[in-house]
Amino acid sequence: MPEQLIFGMEVFLNGLMAGVLYALVALGFVLIFKASGIFNYAQGVMALFAALTLVGIMEGQVPFSHLINAVFGTEVHHFGWHVPALAAIFLTMVVMILMAWIVNKLIFRHLVNQEPIILFMATIGLAYFLEGFGDMMWGSDIKKLDVGLPQGINGWIDEKTFNIFDYGFFIDNLDIVATVVAALLVVALVIFAQYSKQGRAMRAVADDHQAALSVGISLSFIWVMVWSLAGFVALVAGIVWGTKSGVQFSLSLIALKALPVLMLGGFTSIPGAIVGGLIIGVGEKVFEFAIGAPYLGGATEIWFAYVLALVFLVFRPQGLFGEKIIERV
Amino acid sequence: MKDVNTEGYTTEDGRKIGGVVMEMKNITLRFGGVAAITDISFDIREGEIRAIIGPNGAGKSSMLNVISGFYVPQEGEVWYKGSRRPPMKPFEVARQGIARTFQNIALFEGMTVLDNVMTGRIRQMNAGLLSQAIWKGKAEKEETENRAAVERVIDFLEIQHIRKTPVGRLPYGLKKRVELARALAAEPSILLLDEPMAGMNVEEKEDMSRFILDVNDEFGTTIALIEHDMGVVMDLSDRVVVMDYGKKIGDGSPDEVRNNQAVIDAYLGVAHD
Repeated sequence: MPEQLIFGMEVFLNGLMAGVLYALVALGFVLIFKASGIFNYAQGVMALFAALTLVGIMEGQVPFSHLINAVFGTEVHHFGWHVPALAAIFLTMVVMILMAWIVNKLIFRHLVNQEPIILFMATIGLAYFLEGFGDMMWGSDIKKLDVGLPQGINGWIDEKTFNIFDYGFFIDNLDIVATVVAALLVVALVIFAQYSKQGRAMRAVADDHQAALSVGISLSFIWVMVWSLAGFVALVAGIVWGTKSGVQFSLSLIALKALPVLMLGGFTSIPGAIVGGLIIGVGEKVFEFAIGAPYLGGATEIWFAYVLALVFLVFRPQGLFGEKIIERV
Repeated sequence: MKDVNTEGYTTEDGRKIGGVVMEMKNITLRFGGVAAITDISFDIREGEIRAIIGPNGAGKSSMLNVISGFYVPQEGEVWYKGSRRPPMKPFEVARQGIARTFQNIALFEGMTVLDNVMTGRIRQMNAGLLSQAIWKGKAEKEETENRAAVERVIDFLEIQHIRKTPVGRLPYGLKKRVELARALAAEPSILLLDEPMAGMNVEEKEDMSRFILDVNDEFGTTIALIEHDMGVVMDLSDRVVVMDYGKKIGDGSPDEVRNNQAVIDAYLGVAHD
């Protein structure tokens, strides 16, 4: 087999794995957009905040320690204990649910029936607030996150591919774990939305607020639930990305990578987020490998996704799986 | 003498009408400076078909929205099942057993007919998320029971053939029927219908009238409906409230209302001095 093709296969596989990570972030967007029509710009920051909180709890960091020390002249930084990963994840989830509740109570409850652009602006505000708040709460230094996920080259794949192609593929264990987690998450979300009564209520709220109220669905409850779910997805994304590249401010920028994924998959489709993520992941890696690096001087990964999204906007604005918008005249 | 207010009576065609289940006392509703409803009182009895009629802009829909909690009146009291109802959100009113339909149809367009009607059962579903996830015991039994109840309603309203169709694809008349099915699935104490026959052709109107009568007859459901088609209302209802410009101008049996001079004036128009 020609060497180029073998390299290409490896690039393709790695693209799939990267795509799964994009899809994970995009999922959070889709959830909130479906249920409340809000494009949640803060989704990326939520992932950052979740990861920061998780590290903070695990390391026994004192929240707001900088502020406390500055005001009271004390020198507290750590509680001096370490919380096991699972317990810390659980506690972080509690924090995310609390955040969902507060966000709904203080912001979105007061913006019912407002224009989408107003809601969007509110999420931008939320994003910047949350960024600063997370900073103040846990500090701005780059943190290492290790919840015990396997990392490094997968020996089994390396060995098998070496036996077949005489060339070992480099596949990161973390990417494999992320893929499995994302798949489980999607299956769980779809089952939840389709078959549980809360899921049915969620779809009902997404469809028609008035009608939902008239059958006894509490909009507030559903919104808190959806924001909590999005918080959970953000936590998962935060864990995976945080493990991969450290918990730092740039984590919130992954939200920008989710945008083209959403344009491709459609803002309202959970499977769309997955397929869109995979296409972008594979697309940018393969494009870089086959065209970008040899002919265009490389670094095409930075813009490829957005160009692809633009092309989609021209030819299929509702995305691959999105609902077609037909305006009757 | 018997007190009809608590014990009720039997109609000529043998239906049992019970005591007062809901009473509106001196309701006044204003939007800014505009009074939509001015000092209106009336009651609804268990098992009856109660109509609210009036020309366009009389405040009928506003009244229905007060009953279902979508509007909160500035003055007056709503009494339900013998106690005064505190100000409530619409979803809380729905959970108390007051189901409604809308003039402009408010269905979940993206969901199937079956799923739409299932949402009507939310009041009857208590299983928590966890027990649903494990899908054992209570949750399973509950889901089966609710499905059975929903299938009964679907059979009753003759919409079996479209059970799996997304509502968005249905014609207008059928949508109206699905909306009725969803409200009925809640097994409401009071069923509020906002212009159930608006925009229908003669045949669809006859169908809808038959369903309303059958629902009342079969399940003993108390029904309050708004309609401006006088003919339909007179045939359907036991008692009629007539509104005009936000005020009550008549209240009584269809015959009484028909012969009320104020009602005739409101409908036919009369020169105001």
